[in-house]
Parts: sequence; structure tokens; C-alpha cells
Amino acid sequence: MVISRFLKARALRWGGLLIGLLLVFTASIFIGRYPQPYWMPPRLLQQDELARQLVLALRLPRLLAALMMGASLAAAGNVLQMVFRNPLVGPGILGVSQGAGFGAALAIIALSKMPLAVELSALLFASLGLALSYLIARQLHYGGWVLRLILSGIAVSALFSAGIGLLKYLADPLTQLPEITFWLLGGLWSVTWREALLMLPFVVTGLIIIYLMRWRLNLLSLSEETAFSLGSRMGRERALLLAGAVAAIAAVTAVGGVIGWVGLIIPHMARRLFGASAQRTVPATILLGAIFVVFCDTMARSLRPGEIPLGIITSLLGALIFILLMATVSARWKP
Amino acid sequence: MEALTGTLISIQKLSFSYDGDQRRVLDGLTLDLPAGAITAILGPNGVGKSTLIHILLGILKPTSGAITISGKDIQRYSRRELSRLIAFVPQSEYTAFEFSVLDYVLMGRAPHMGLLGMPTQDDLASTIERLELLGLSNLARRSVLELSGGERQLTLIARALAQEPQVLLLDEPTTHLDLSNKNRILTTLSKLNKRGTSVIFTTHDPDSAASIAQNLVLMKGGRVLSSGTAEEVLTAEGLTETYGVPVRVVPVDGQPVVLLDNSG
Repeated sequence: MVISRFLKARALRWGGLLIGLLLVFTASIFIGRYPQPYWMPPRLLQQDELARQLVLALRLPRLLAALMMGASLAAAGNVLQMVFRNPLVGPGILGVSQGAGFGAALAIIALSKMPLAVELSALLFASLGLALSYLIARQLHYGGWVLRLILSGIAVSALFSAGIGLLKYLADPLTQLPEITFWLLGGLWSVTWREALLMLPFVVTGLIIIYLMRWRLNLLSLSEETAFSLGSRMGRERALLLAGAVAAIAAVTAVGGVIGWVGLIIPHMARRLFGASAQRTVPATILLGAIFVVFCDTMARSLRPGEIPLGIITSLLGALIFILLMATVSARWKP
Repeated sequence: MEALTGTLISIQKLSFSYDGDQRRVLDGLTLDLPAGAITAILGPNGVGKSTLIHILLGILKPTSGAITISGKDIQRYSRRELSRLIAFVPQSEYTAFEFSVLDYVLMGRAPHMGLLGMPTQDDLASTIERLELLGLSNLARRSVLELSGGERQLTLIARALAQEPQVLLLDEPTTHLDLSNKNRILTTLSKLNKRGTSVIFTTHDPDSAASIAQNLVLMKGGRVLSSGTAEEVLTAEGLTETYGVPVRVVPVDGQPVVLLDNSG
């Protein structure tokens, strides 16, 4: 009786998320600054050729990219938190985002911005960032695993940030520097179908791996000896899940820049709604992340005549939600 | 006491030292563990009990010696086969996530699922059955971080049972518990053993060992000092030698009780 009511409440939440994503996505097609600020009446799609072009060539690929970005960052954030057994880590803390940023900036300068090269370079350095954070944390002799991981992640992120700074210093101030700067602030204004389709295979591959292995992810969040005794081949399973997460993060970061907070807060929200089991939090983070970034990106391109960088909006909203979540969380978890 | 049906785990001249360390944590340990029994592995901290457990789980590879389980060398079992045979209950377990008791115990079904597997209705039913067996049904939706020490230990046992193992291997199951919870865990282990599960647990507390185990193993310096029934193993000489403090063994209601000997 109690259980069935509980399951009903959960089904309602899933329904809510799906409808929420559909609503936000559909509404975002018509929100913007053409023909007047904020709203384009749907009938214009039939009457106005320019409106139709705008929606098909610009808004739709951008919405798709925002959806992929949110889903990727949130789902990958959840994977990082569970694999590293630490709910306070995220792509921005473990050197993944900064690594991807450095890789992309390097490719913009050295390889003159071939989109696929930027993508692959971001992927390479994102993996390197994660590997470095992990390896350095293992070498530290200070504090527990949670603290060591955060410390080494901060150090690796700072190294890559310094590297990005150096690249900016070396960049051609007229052509490359503006490109890098805008890109680092984070945003999806440059997205066309080409960029969206370039992200797609990496994102889909990464998310499929994470989705299929989602129940297994639970085991990796337990102690090593327990996971082992439950028959988990931890090394292999961890590597697969991390590869999926890094591929997804790198793909969206190479196109949209370093977007903070999504990978940290969305998994927390998902756990609040559906409990900690990754069997449910993985699909929930994908939906919630997509809703969050589509919403933020729509604000970014419609609030003011000029574009507000997406990273600023996700950080602002993300940090506020984070404070709210932490202020209402019970004090049971003690790192 | 029920008749024991042969040897379950046979350990021959088992030695182990950690990489780069000369000291032998286990030093030629030879031991037969009977099937269908409760075996207590007894000894002070640092005597090699945890190392032995890690070797039995396959986490550590012995430096030398052999282990056979049901007549087959432990190295020839796959990780999955081993996890269906032996289930492990750690002394305590750290988790950073607020899993519900149901989700947590459900993880015990892992050995019966593939890499991409999801729990089925059968897995769920079998998990709920384990929760009922251990009196945890009313806690099914509670977060594991909210449980008391005893409830938490029972949850870990329930998860191990969900593996449907032949052997339950517990590391110091009663160490952190107060008297009533200690009793609850020991009674539970007895009950599980009567239902056919072999139980092996380590403890540094001779009284816990004596109260439920049919077979006791007293360890010292990485070897077996003595093994047998409580009366055979819990002697003042043996315990004094192992623990390094003078003790007296007094029979109370037919069961040996170990007291510190402060008379001298």
C-alpha cells in the first residue's frame, strides 16, 4: 500500500520531467528577439520566411546543442561523483572541463580551428586532466580520499587555467584571442547544424554507455572490497564509464566552452527526486540537465539585445540552487 | 549440534606478505573449514585475520600455499562464480550517497546480473524476502545513512544474503555494537546457519566466538594456534599466549567465559 503510493509519486515525477523538457524545448523555439523581444507567435512560421529560416537554421541546432550539453554535463557529473565516491566533485573540479578548455584553445591556435581537431584535442586533454587529478590524488599524503581528490583536482584545473592564460597571451589579438575569450566564457551562439552534428556521435556514445551501465555504477560507489566481493570488475567498469563521461564532456566543451555547475548540482537534484540509485539518477540527470541548460541558454540569447554568456547564467542559477540544496540537506553525510 | 558435512574450504600452508615487506602476515597457515558450520576466527588485532579474509575473497593473491573451495582451487573460480559462492560482510562500510535500504540490499543481486543488467521483479522479490528474514522490511525506504549501528550491520548481512551464497564471510561483525545489537547479530547468524548457510566470522572477542560458533580457530602470528570446539580452544594458556594478557576461563551454564585475570 505504502510502496504503491510511493511508486505512484515517483511515476508522477518522471512524467513531470518529460513534460517539463518538452515544454521548455517547445517554448524555446518561439522565445528570442525576433521579430520583437521575447516571443515569436507560432503562426509566423507559416507566414514569414525569415522566421522559418531562423528557427530551422539557428534556433533548432542551438536548442539541440543545449540539450546535449545539459544531458552530457549532468550525466557525466553523476558518473564522476559516484565513481570517485564523492558527491562534491564535478567536471569543473576534477580537471576535465579545464583540460577540455585547454585542448580546444590549443587547437584553435595551433590547428587554426578545424572543428574536428578542436573536438579531438579537447577530448585528449579532458582525459589527461582526469587522469592527472586521479594520479596526483593517489600520491598525496594528506587527508582522506575525498579531500585529496578535490585538492589535486583544483591543482590540475589551475595548471590548465594557467596554460589557457599562456595561450591567450600568445594568441593573435585580432583573430584568435577574441575567439578563445568568447569561447571560454561559454556559450552556444556559434552553433549551427554542423557543430550540433559534430557533437552528436560523441555525446550519444558517451550517454549510451552511461545509460546502459547505470545500475553497475552503484557498485562502483561502494568500497573497493565490497564491489570486488559483489563480482564487479572495477578497473574495467570504471574505465568504461569514465570514458563515456569524458567523451560527452569533451564534446560539449569543445563546442560550447567551459560551462560550470551543471555537472555538480543536477546530480544532487536528481538524488533528491529519485533517491541515490544510479538506475534512476542517470535518466533523471539526463532529463534535468537538458531542461536546465536549454532554459539557461534561452535566457542567455533572449534577455538582452546582445548575448549573455551562457556560463554566467548557469553559474548564477547553479550556485543559487546549490546553496538552496545544501541549506536544506540533512547533516548526515560527513566527508 | 548438527553433523558437519565435510570440508568446505581447505587452506594449505598459506603465506602472505605485502609487496616490499619482509614480514609475513600469514605464515604457513593450514586449516580446514567445515561445511554447514559456524566458524569463528579468533585472535587479537593484527594477527592476520583481515588478510585471510581478503585472500578468501580473491582480493589478495597468496605469496605461497593453496586454497581449495569445494575441492576446486580458488584461482580457478571466476570473479562472478566466487561472488555467488562467498558473500562478504565488511566490519563497516562508508558510503557518501543516501541509498535506500532496499536499493542497497538490491546490490547483492549483482553476481546474478550481467554488466548491463538491471534488477528484475525476481531480484526485487528476493531482496524483499531477505529484508523480511532479517526484520528490516519497515526500513526498506530509509536511507542507509540514517540507520543505527545494529540496523546497518543487518543491512550489510541482508545484502550478502541477496547474493545467495553458500558461505557468509563476516569481518568483525559485532565489534562496534552494544550488547543488545551484538546479541541480535549473533542470533541472526545462528538462524541463518540453521537454514543451511555456512558462516565464517572473525572476531577478537572470545565470548562472541564461544556463544554461537561450533568451530573456533585461534590465530597467532599468522598461524593457527589451535582449532576445535569452544572447550578445546578457549583455554587459559592458549588465550594468554595469543592476547598477551593473563586470562581465566570460567564455565558458565556449560559455556566457557573468558575473564581478565587480575589476581596476580
